Amino acid sequence: MAIDLFIPMDATALALGADEVVEAIQQAAKKAKADIRITRTGSRGLFWLEPLVEVATPEGRIAYGPVTPEDVDGLFAAGFLQGGKHDLRIGKPEDLPYLKQQHRVTFARCGITDPVSIPDYLAHGGYKGLKNALGMERADIVKAVADSGLRGRGGAGFPTGIKWQTVLKAEADQKYIVCNADEGDSGTFADRMIMEGDPFLLIEGMTIAGLAVGATKGFVYIRSEYPHAFAQMNRAIEAAKLAGYLGDNIQGSGKAFHLETRLGAGAYICGEETSLLDSLEGKRGMVRAKPPLPAIKGLFGKPTIINNLLSFAAVPTILDQGADYYRDFGMGRSRGTMPLQLAGNVKYGGLIELAFGVTLREVIEAFGGGTLSGRPIKAMQVGGPLGSYLPYSLIDTQIDYEAMAAAGGMLGHGGIVVFDDTVDMGAQARFAMEFCAVESCGKCTPCRIGSTRGVEVIDRILAGIDRQKNLNLLDDLCDTMRDGSLCALGGLTHMPVQSAVKHFGADFNRPPGAAAPRQAAE
Amino acid sequence: MTTQASWNQDSARQIIAGKKKLDGALLPILHALQAHFGYVDEAAVPLIADELNLSRAEVHGVITFYHDFRRHPGGRHVVKVCRAEACQALGAGMLEQHAKKSLGVDYHGTSKDGSVSLEQVFCLGNCACGPSVMIDDKLHARVTPQRFDSLIGKLKGGR
Ligand SMILES: Cc1cc2nc3c(=O)[nH]c(=O)nc-3n(C[C@H](O)[C@H](O)[C@H](O)COP(=O)(O)O)c2cc1C
Ligand code: SF4
Ligand code: FES
Ligand code: FES
Repeated sequence: MAIDLFIPMDATALALGADEVVEAIQQAAKKAKADIRITRTGSRGLFWLEPLVEVATPEGRIAYGPVTPEDVDGLFAAGFLQGGKHDLRIGKPEDLPYLKQQHRVTFARCGITDPVSIPDYLAHGGYKGLKNALGMERADIVKAVADSGLRGRGGAGFPTGIKWQTVLKAEADQKYIVCNADEGDSGTFADRMIMEGDPFLLIEGMTIAGLAVGATKGFVYIRSEYPHAFAQMNRAIEAAKLAGYLGDNIQGSGKAFHLETRLGAGAYICGEETSLLDSLEGKRGMVRAKPPLPAIKGLFGKPTIINNLLSFAAVPTILDQGADYYRDFGMGRSRGTMPLQLAGNVKYGGLIELAFGVTLREVIEAFGGGTLSGRPIKAMQVGGPLGSYLPYSLIDTQIDYEAMAAAGGMLGHGGIVVFDDTVDMGAQARFAMEFCAVESCGKCTPCRIGSTRGVEVIDRILAGIDRQKNLNLLDDLCDTMRDGSLCALGGLTHMPVQSAVKHFGADFNRPPGAAAPRQAAE
Repeated sequence: MTTQASWNQDSARQIIAGKKKLDGALLPILHALQAHFGYVDEAAVPLIADELNLSRAEVHGVITFYHDFRRHPGGRHVVKVCRAEACQALGAGMLEQHAKKSLGVDYHGTSKDGSVSLEQVFCLGNCACGPSVMIDDKLHARVTPQRFDSLIGKLKGGR
């Protein structure tokens, strides 16, 4: 019988050479006349170990990583097909503390199953939530989601149940379900991992949303920077159609749900929900004034549920295991689990799904192992490019919506980016303004013009020209952008900028032309 | 390597016809044209406007709004360097400077030999293993300046 191997086709694993490893293993197996079968999975999210090769043995899966093509002959010589000893042998992945200490709910299957095999999905507990939902009244499905305490995972943390309730109550001949898979925040990749590693989970969650509010059509809007995820989503949708999980008659219920993908075109602002809807309609991605809410007048003017991918991905568990099961994770008003994404200058970066309430220190130091460079941590940016830069002294902040806000930050989509002491916070503040200028949709003057002025003012501060006067000007500019912007791009750019000035004042007060610290340090 | 067809009215019409029934067809059409030709030719604007019942100005407005769409042919390969924060934390700034210098171009420019267009990108979802670079649709992790040169060398060698 063939020996089963599991090797990710996740984008990061591919970027680290997973395809080349697959090729080398196939060749070596041929030479050794070994009968093997390779399944391409998603990633478990332990990215420093990618490409991670897992072998099915009688004791369970044994992992080796990070594997390069050059390691393959040695692995065969060591008998890795039988789980043999080798320097790269990690043992059972689920015994690794990094995985063992997580609460994998949304990511329970990611990295384990064949992402586009319906039988595999079913064998690992998939489509149980949908099965329950098919036997429930609409209002009861919405109530389960509300009772779970789920809050939107896209950034704002709005209660998902309330949004669904609004769409349920809206009267219309057509309603839509839209998944926001624009995932533009630097330091985030959880949406991508689900699309590549467990796409049926999203399809199931969106299908349940459709049943809940009587919407028969859905769209997944995927950023163009994710070509692998886009291709994988399309494969999964085709497989779900063939198996009767999408279409006019879902599993013989007489209920319809159709799903299509759309590709973004490199605009960060299209992650903002109303801009995304305009983009889906084939227009420029301009932010719409609210009200009307998308729940009342959304895609093509129809009532629309638009949620982040992780919000939809939490739904199958809620419908399968019950609202209480999900709710019992977490603390205060932050319920359930949060897939955190640890990135930047960190030794063990990856996907860390935990109940709300751990501290940044636990994530960055216990899981992350500190910086990759081995140098001290200087700053952490949580919640994407519009999130504050926090100094090391705030590393004991708890990770939930309220505690992060109290520390002057935000949780956002759960990205945590670590910087060591060579980072120049003046440059980071300048970048935040530049990013806003490049990505502004152009609707509001404070955002469009203010951000460009902001770059100039920061340049003058860093050049030592009228420092105090320009620092005051920067504050005024930040206030104007905060108060005069329609959406959070212009409205939150002050967060990274002002937090950098507040916590890292010395970086704005160096002698002009002083060498960038990174170079000075090396 | 990417082989791109030169502008051709009939293939453009076919591509447009193939997508025009989709809800919100304009972006899918523009992506399909760019995948085929490597850019969206000015001559496509009236064709699309006719088929979708839009004004030319509307179509033009959409093309120029999005960073992805090129209005002129680029190099044979598109190299996108990630400029976002997680990659900055691992030295993306140095990589950017190196990329510009070694290719002799700024962002949106094409190297003299026509092999490579350089673009900036803000996050490729590879933030745990930066600095990240995408060459055509292939993603690369932990890209040092040396690694960048060897990747570019392969593109130029494999013409
Ligand atoms: C500039 C900007 C960018 C955004 N980008 C994203 C994004 O990439 N993904 C996302 O899910 N939400 C993003 N959002 C938030 C969305 O507007 C919206 O709140 C979210 O899709 C709602 O889904 P949720 O309730 O499930 O979080 C962004 C908001 C702003 C202002
Ligand atoms: S704040 Fe900026 S991005 Fe947001 S609507 Fe206004 S101009 Fe557009
Ligand atoms: S085209 Fe505008 S950022 Fe590259
Ligand atoms: S910040 Fe570069 S890949 Fe995400």
